[in-house]
Amino acid sequence: MRHIIVATSALAISALPLHAQNFNDPEEFAKQQEQLQAEPMGPEGQPWLQHIGDSMVETADLGVEAPATVCFSNAGVNNPWRVVGYTNMTEEVANHESIENFIHVDAEGSDDKQIADIDDLLAGGDCDVMIVSPNTTAALTPAVERACEAMPVIVFDRGVNTDCPVTFVHPVGGYGFGIQGAEFIVDNVEEGSNVLMLRILPGVDVLETRYSAGRRILDEAGMNIVGAEFTDGDNAKTKSIVEDYLQRGEIDAVWMDAGATAVAAIEAFEDSGYDIPVFVGEDQQDFLRKWQEEDMTAIAPTYPTYQWRTAVIAAARVIEGEAVPGPEWVLPQPAITQDNLDEFVNPAMPPLHYAMCGCEEMENYPEAWGGN
Amino acid sequence: MTDTGSPRSSALRRRLSQINPVWVLLVLLIAAIIFMNPRFVEPTGYMNFLKRAAPLAILAAGQVYVIVSGGFDLSVGSLITLVVVGSSMLTNNDPAATYWVIPLMLTMGLGVGAINGLIVCFLRVPSLIATLGMMITLNGLAFLWSGGAPRGYLPDTFRFFGRELIRDVPLVRFIPVSVLVLIVVVGVFAWAMHRTNLGRHIHAIGDNPVAARLAGVPVNRVRITAFMISGLSGAIAGILLGGFAGVSTDVGAGYELQAITAAVLGGAQLLGGKGSVPAAFGGALALTAIFTLLNFLGLPQPVRQVVQGLILIAAVALAMHRRKQTGT
Amino acid sequence: MSIASDTRPTRKGFRFDRWAPLLLLGGAFSIYVAVAIATGQTQYLTFDNLIAILGRSIALGITAIGQTFVILVASIDLSVASLISATAVLASVVMDGSPAMILPAVLAAIALGGIVGLANGLVIIGLKVNPLIATLGMSLIIQGCLSAFVSNFAGEVPSAFQVFAYGEVGPFPFALLFLAALAVLAWGVLRFTKFGSDMYAVGGNEEAARFAGIKTGRIVILSHIICSVCASIAGLYLASRLRSGAPWIGSDGVYDLESIAVVVIGGTILAGGRGGIWGTMAGMLIFSLIDSVFNIAGVDSYAKQVLRGVIIVAAVAFYAINSKRIVA
Repeated sequence: MRHIIVATSALAISALPLHAQNFNDPEEFAKQQEQLQAEPMGPEGQPWLQHIGDSMVETADLGVEAPATVCFSNAGVNNPWRVVGYTNMTEEVANHESIENFIHVDAEGSDDKQIADIDDLLAGGDCDVMIVSPNTTAALTPAVERACEAMPVIVFDRGVNTDCPVTFVHPVGGYGFGIQGAEFIVDNVEEGSNVLMLRILPGVDVLETRYSAGRRILDEAGMNIVGAEFTDGDNAKTKSIVEDYLQRGEIDAVWMDAGATAVAAIEAFEDSGYDIPVFVGEDQQDFLRKWQEEDMTAIAPTYPTYQWRTAVIAAARVIEGEAVPGPEWVLPQPAITQDNLDEFVNPAMPPLHYAMCGCEEMENYPEAWGGN
Repeated sequence: MTDTGSPRSSALRRRLSQINPVWVLLVLLIAAIIFMNPRFVEPTGYMNFLKRAAPLAILAAGQVYVIVSGGFDLSVGSLITLVVVGSSMLTNNDPAATYWVIPLMLTMGLGVGAINGLIVCFLRVPSLIATLGMMITLNGLAFLWSGGAPRGYLPDTFRFFGRELIRDVPLVRFIPVSVLVLIVVVGVFAWAMHRTNLGRHIHAIGDNPVAARLAGVPVNRVRITAFMISGLSGAIAGILLGGFAGVSTDVGAGYELQAITAAVLGGAQLLGGKGSVPAAFGGALALTAIFTLLNFLGLPQPVRQVVQGLILIAAVALAMHRRKQTGT
Repeated sequence: MSIASDTRPTRKGFRFDRWAPLLLLGGAFSIYVAVAIATGQTQYLTFDNLIAILGRSIALGITAIGQTFVILVASIDLSVASLISATAVLASVVMDGSPAMILPAVLAAIALGGIVGLANGLVIIGLKVNPLIATLGMSLIIQGCLSAFVSNFAGEVPSAFQVFAYGEVGPFPFALLFLAALAVLAWGVLRFTKFGSDMYAVGGNEEAARFAGIKTGRIVILSHIICSVCASIAGLYLASRLRSGAPWIGSDGVYDLESIAVVVIGGTILAGGRGGIWGTMAGMLIFSLIDSVFNIAGVDSYAKQVLRGVIIVAAVAFYAINSKRIVA
């Protein structure tokens, strides 16, 4: 019986390479590398309003009038990044008088449920503009296409395989994230150093591109990659994996595709009695605090949560008939470095608060984000 | 079966067949790990291993109570999450709060177990469904309480049990505090299961609830106690895991099935009547050893899942086979 | 462990457990109407919307029909979620956008389901492994094999096959009519065939059934094959709906535990021998209605989880509270 499963799976794999999504696309890599360097347009100091590239989309003829109802189909609020982002979003909604009503449906991480949610919103007939944060790109495309027929749609975070939305809001992207971290390692350790790569899950587009970009740069610089391990985003597992690697040999740098478990990885070095090596984390407060306290050599690339604000701003502009950057609204994607670390560390915020939220000046900060 | 051997060899065989196969499995796995990584015999190697196995071993020891009494407890994984998230909310970065938060969490574990037991005994909901409902509910509560992301850090006083080491111990150099907790908890659980009336009652209920009731066993009270012990083990495991790894919102995910797997590897019989705490402890160590070994072999996660599935089925099939042969 | 209960109504008059699913369904529907009116969103009471609600849980409904078969014979299947992912991926890879490959892909998916069901049944009957463990192990094996080869959406479903999920016949979605037909077929099998009545006998009291000359092993194996084939049909439906298959769609939908919950909410008891398809369909509708009520009332997803857990337990308690038996 097992043979048959293996055989059918083998059948699957033999057909697979033709269709696997390409997570290692040199063109996209080069484009994002360039975008990281580009000077963004728009107001300085307010990256959520900035955009890279100057193409705009007119919205006056879309036929939406203020005040209007904005509906939001959310892939989920199932991780701290999305919790921070969703808070940004609800706070941003309060800034816009043109948004009379904001309806939120949560797909709890299921493609099937998100398709049903979008259909329900369309059948309900209340929505004037729809914002979609797709759970996965391919599966949500037909539902978004149906929504486009009924009203203007704004997509953010992940995209869809259609150009019918008014605009697709997103930061530079996964390659950019991977590039920033890996280049920092290359600049701070010698050639041939031992680098451990820690990853969350296979198959997730935004994480796969981070890894392929990071790997490419580390390989090209002649680093010795001792391992690339999946941690499932689980602190205990992360700590165990790092402890095991330390038993087998030295580690000079740690690259991570997401920072939620960075502190657990650092603790593995501390508890085993080693110095903390060069680290790539993310903009979570617990990592930033640890970095400051232990005086580490580190960098925090970000996938900014302020894009959740931008999606609402785009919706408001559609209602008011103003032009928006499009068909892609590419937001800047800054990294936190030693130079600006102090601006972002805030002990009053919860450990998994994402510091690059662009929310410090908002009315209910920090309480709405769980701070004291 | 024809016995062609001498009386002595058959006596030896009988004695061998009395050894729980989980210990044989464990010895083989440890030998393989040492072969792969000779530094495992150093204190850092095996103490790290025990430290890592501690939460699962404690959970398995608690789960055995419920399994032997004829039920399941699927709620312990979510309970771990709730304990970690709840502790981070309540301690609120205040080291002194640990002294009341830990007793409160242990009480909460007992309380959750008591509710599970009450639902099973008085609402007559099968434990699979009752604890499944509890699992979903507790997970939701953890999110509701924290608003989706943990709100505070766990102070070092709280993390003491899961993270700290006692150094300068003769022979082994150091002992993680969690290993001491493990020894004490498993010791107490084993004593209560195999040396007290409670243990005898639990076995009797799992074997035949009607007969046990006729024999004067307070069935409901004993079953509720079994769930409470499992809940307590969940709270202890949560305190250790939170200590080891810090706060996150999915710490406990998957632990319920691992705990049942460990108990079953140790020969516990689902739907009751049979099971031992030390063997479940052995099962938890064996399961952790499998994971460690596959890690050392550098096998990817999918292969680990397949191996875990095969071992699970094989262990139970073997146990059933032996039972048939020995006629018990 | 329980006295065999007659499956056909022997008494005239009101039988609580026959009507309980309908009572629950009526309750859920009234709450839905009340919430829609109270929040002033009467557009949710239109025919189109009610059809949309019915269409929410097609995959869950198909899976639950299969799960009903195994639960009726006192077994259980935890491998359905992994199998759904596996068949969705298999079908979409075999089709690969080509309409000519639809038939081979459907056959391959159903064959895979049949093989998995057969394997489950053989392990449970032949090796005497507890069904919970056997299918949990199978689930790990399938998921492991699957994710060893595929880590994202793979293959593509041709637009001709998307009719399964998106096609309409008059005002009704095609998939909804398919589900209804499948339910009628399942009901017919249970009600009018010897296999159906044998299933009730085996689930009610296996030993008595064996003494009555029923080949109990075969009945259990066949039930498992039916269950797995239903899961693979659910996988085909999801592949059609999502236009492709990915290795996480089954586990993301939690189809294993949710299908069990739907079946027991529909009044089929886990101990086997009592229940039926219409109860399961009522259970599925109750789930969909609850989901829609939460959406209309704007309950946030964490509170939703808590309520869901409580509702599952409460619904099962509603059936079970009058029974005198001791539950597992």
